[in-house]
Amino acid sequence: MSTTFEQVRDIIVDQLDVDPDEVTENAKFKEDLDADSLDLVELIMSFEEEFGGEISDEQAQEIETVGDVVRHLEAQAV
Amino acid sequence: MGTFDGKRGLVFGVANKNSIAWGIAQALADEGAELGFSYAGDFLQKRVTPLAESVGSSFIEECDVTNDAAIDELFAKVGDHYGGLDFLVHSIAFAPREDLGGRFVDTSREGFRVALDVSCYSLVALAKRAVPLMPQGGSMLAMTYYGAEKVTPNYNVMGVAKAALEATIRYLAWDLGKEQVRVNAISAGPIKTLASAGVSGFRKSLGYVGSVAPMGNVTQADVGNAARFLLGDWAQKVTGEVVYVDGGYNIMGAPDMDSLEG
Ligand SMILES: NC(=O)c1ccc[n+]([C@@H]2O[C@H](COP(=O)([O-])OP(=O)(O)OC[C@H]3O[C@@H](n4cnc5c(N)ncnc54)[C@H](O)[C@@H]3O)[C@@H](O)[C@H]2O)c1
Repeated sequence: MSTTFEQVRDIIVDQLDVDPDEVTENAKFKEDLDADSLDLVELIMSFEEEFGGEISDEQAQEIETVGDVVRHLEAQAV
Repeated sequence: MGTFDGKRGLVFGVANKNSIAWGIAQALADEGAELGFSYAGDFLQKRVTPLAESVGSSFIEECDVTNDAAIDELFAKVGDHYGGLDFLVHSIAFAPREDLGGRFVDTSREGFRVALDVSCYSLVALAKRAVPLMPQGGSMLAMTYYGAEKVTPNYNVMGVAKAALEATIRYLAWDLGKEQVRVNAISAGPIKTLASAGVSGFRKSLGYVGSVAPMGNVTQADVGNAARFLLGDWAQKVTGEVVYVDGGYNIMGAPDMDSLEG
């Protein structure tokens, strides 16, 4: 079983075409991973698909780092 | 060998791989169609280019359909590139997010104007430039939604824009029939895309519609299959129609009570 972080990392690597090493918990989507706002919307759609949960617009607004996503998904997976 | 061998068409509205326009494009490419793509905004270029190239497209151009000069320029390029056109796909809609939720009565004048301009008038503007490139006749297809006919909370101003689009389909079909150009629309069931994600409560309505529709939710490929028919020769005298690709949702007067909780 891969961890939530690993699953999230794989989706990001696939979608943003970045190096897996760049995708750390503290990596910021916009600044460090060069994601534009459409990338973020697409990523959120992929996370929802993969994990089945929901990320509301308000929650999406607050997402800045990879760790933010992992924490959100883990909090939902109970 | 396909039923679109030798046919050239222009596809508007691919933003990413989830776009309905991309489902349509794949189906038509499958049938041998030669496809050109037009997208809105430079930020989409990196998304649209690889998709378009994967179906062998050699025409990929930016165009904001609210800008007449940009549309003129685009069609001049289409003329130079293809010489003529056999079909056109309009899979474009936009409304400001504030106007896709909450009370309909709060719709702003500007939101209303933008929604109708981008989602409806643009078809007229594109049709006007495409017809001269279709001397042997041709076919056009636009995308609509049931919210045009029946109230779908949150769809709000887009429902009004789609009602106008469906009426536009009929008026264009009448006017362009003389030139042997057919104009139809597909009314698709909800599909998760960038555009639909902007409508408040979309996920819930996707689940609800899927539970009521006799055949459940639809996919981009389902829409693509209907597009093969409507844009192709088998639909020779079909024009001015709105065809449902909705798993049968629109025929239902009540959900199957056995499927309801409580
Ligand atoms: N997704 C659904 O549930 C659903 C259901 C029925 C009908 N539709 C309709 O299908 C069509 C395609 O939407 P989609 O769901 O594939 O979403 P999408 O976001 O993938 O496509 C919408 C497209 O409109 C384009 N667009 C917006 N403003 C533009 C402008 N000014 N100039 C040129 N292009 C512009 C966008 O770039 C995008 O490519 C729309 O007409 C939509 O209303 C969607």
